[in-house]
Amino acid sequence: MWLFDRDLWFEIFHTLGKNMFRTFLTMLGVIFAMMILVLLLGSANGMSNGFDKIFAGTASNSLFVWGQRTSEPYKGFERGRRIRYKIEDASILKEQIPEIEVLAPRIELGSHRDVVTVYRKGQTSGSSVYGDYPEIDNITKKKLVEGRFLNDNDIEHSKKVCVIGEETYKLLFEKGEDAIGEDIRINGVFFSVVGIYKPNNNINIDGENAVFIPFTTFQKAFNSGDRMGWMAIAVEPSTKVAVVENQIKAILKNKYDIAPNDERAIGSFDMSEIFNNISAFTNVLKGFSFFVGIFTLLAGVIAISNILLITVKERTKEIGVRRALGATPIVVKRQIVVEAIVLTAFAGLIGFAISVGILAILDSLWGSGDDFPFVNPMVSIPQFSISFLLMVGLSVLIGLLPANRAIKVRPIEALREE
Amino acid sequence: MIEIKDLHKSYKMGSNSLHVLKGINFNVEEGELVAIMGSSGSGKSTLLNILGMLDGADSGEYYLDGVPIKDLSEKKAAQYRNKFLGFVFQSFNLINYKSALENVALPLYYQKVGRRERQDKALNYLDRVGLKEWATHLPSELSGGQKQRVAIARAMAAEPKVLLADEPTGALDSKTSYEVMDLIQKINDDGNTILVVTHEKDIAHMCKRIVHLRDGVIVEDTKIEQVRAQEYV
Repeated sequence: MWLFDRDLWFEIFHTLGKNMFRTFLTMLGVIFAMMILVLLLGSANGMSNGFDKIFAGTASNSLFVWGQRTSEPYKGFERGRRIRYKIEDASILKEQIPEIEVLAPRIELGSHRDVVTVYRKGQTSGSSVYGDYPEIDNITKKKLVEGRFLNDNDIEHSKKVCVIGEETYKLLFEKGEDAIGEDIRINGVFFSVVGIYKPNNNINIDGENAVFIPFTTFQKAFNSGDRMGWMAIAVEPSTKVAVVENQIKAILKNKYDIAPNDERAIGSFDMSEIFNNISAFTNVLKGFSFFVGIFTLLAGVIAISNILLITVKERTKEIGVRRALGATPIVVKRQIVVEAIVLTAFAGLIGFAISVGILAILDSLWGSGDDFPFVNPMVSIPQFSISFLLMVGLSVLIGLLPANRAIKVRPIEALREE
Repeated sequence: MIEIKDLHKSYKMGSNSLHVLKGINFNVEEGELVAIMGSSGSGKSTLLNILGMLDGADSGEYYLDGVPIKDLSEKKAAQYRNKFLGFVFQSFNLINYKSALENVALPLYYQKVGRRERQDKALNYLDRVGLKEWATHLPSELSGGQKQRVAIARAMAAEPKVLLADEPTGALDSKTSYEVMDLIQKINDDGNTILVVTHEKDIAHMCKRIVHLRDGVIVEDTKIEQVRAQEYV
């Protein structure tokens, strides 16, 4: 197998090595092209990773459903009727729609986005107060600074415990004060703090100043009976949220006598839309980077081919001598093609190494920041292998051009005395 | 060793065709040292190119060591050149980025001789042309005479049947020319067949036979008394 012929490689490295400057100039185009490709791809990946980091902890295939006022009269009811869900709706929906993975009911003290005054030792804060099930943590993850989130035990025994936001903590407690185990008062009822959460600085549905108490405790303490404010619902990954959303609305419209054409009575928000938009954006970005990079690479490889064409012209005499000494056309051709491959591959690797270094520097500068979506910018192994194989493949095709030129030169012409 | 019968060759120059070789008949025995003389345009270079399989004839027969040379593919021609022929050129045609040793070893590389053996053989031939100490030098560090001796070593390294020298002394002063001719005579003394194309009378008289070409035909073919180059060195 000629590929493992040590003499061939010796001959090639010898030829390239003895013409260092020419070799370097030839490689420059591919070095830059590879750098552009890897930098573009790496940045796009970094951006994609950055968005992933921002939304980490939020179930992407999820939606929220709440009640609003009807906008159509129906079955004897006037328009403008307020829709109030009951806690039983949660189990009805879960039973009838198997695609629902998690359904976390929630109830709010006061009306939507209302705040309630929370007291503690003469300090107050206006906070949102939510009655929640622990399942909510599977949909919008809370970053706990201290303590724990609500658990099943709290629900079962209707424990008077609460998880408060960092903002609430700042308003109610002194700096550095230990809040765990301390009591706070809401509407005359005392709750013991079991956890403090940090605002998720990206997607923030609950606000930073909020108090979470167990749903069952909420029912007893504030006498909310079987009412339910809204539902956070995670849908299994293979099902489209919109499909489940329509099913839920149909069931609820039927149960609460809402006109089928009433678009306003049931409020809902599809989280997956945001994620789809973002992932579509990053995918387009990646595709575009790949496209630009590959064409730059093509240009770089063509530059190598060009310079090889020139050097073939320059080396006509040498090639003539080689052929007079017994080099068959295929040997000459092979040498030039392999020269092209070695040049491109080597240049590609250099460009790759440089750009990986640059990406590492970029990562250490901005990679850990929370405010800019740029995390771990790097090319994946498949991305690199594809571009590298493509590059080498192109160099074979394009190396054939100067190689064919080289063997077209007849030895007699090459050796003709000037 | 070489048998040529009724060889014709013409070149197309636009619409005209130039008849360069008009029926050459010519035999060379093993161990001969033949000078091919003629003014420019006489067809001596064309004849050498055909002998060297660098160019094909239009008609006629050419046998080299009993092998018919006709309609060769580029690959076959390259293999025959490598096996049968050694070339020495007027302008040496050494590969300028390869050392003397590497230049001499090149035909052996194309013969697929192993690296070790190649090096040894090449060094041996360099020694025979008296340039062993210059093995690692690049052609640019050698004088004209030295370059031509490296070229001769390279031509001999593949142990060819016939050595073809095209104006081997054309680019050298007379003293160096005689040194080169001395070397060629010594190689011939060892029994090698050599053809030298030249237009210099004194060089031609250092061969054993002179073939005169004029306007594409052989006008004179005489065996002569060889003048030893040694006397002038």
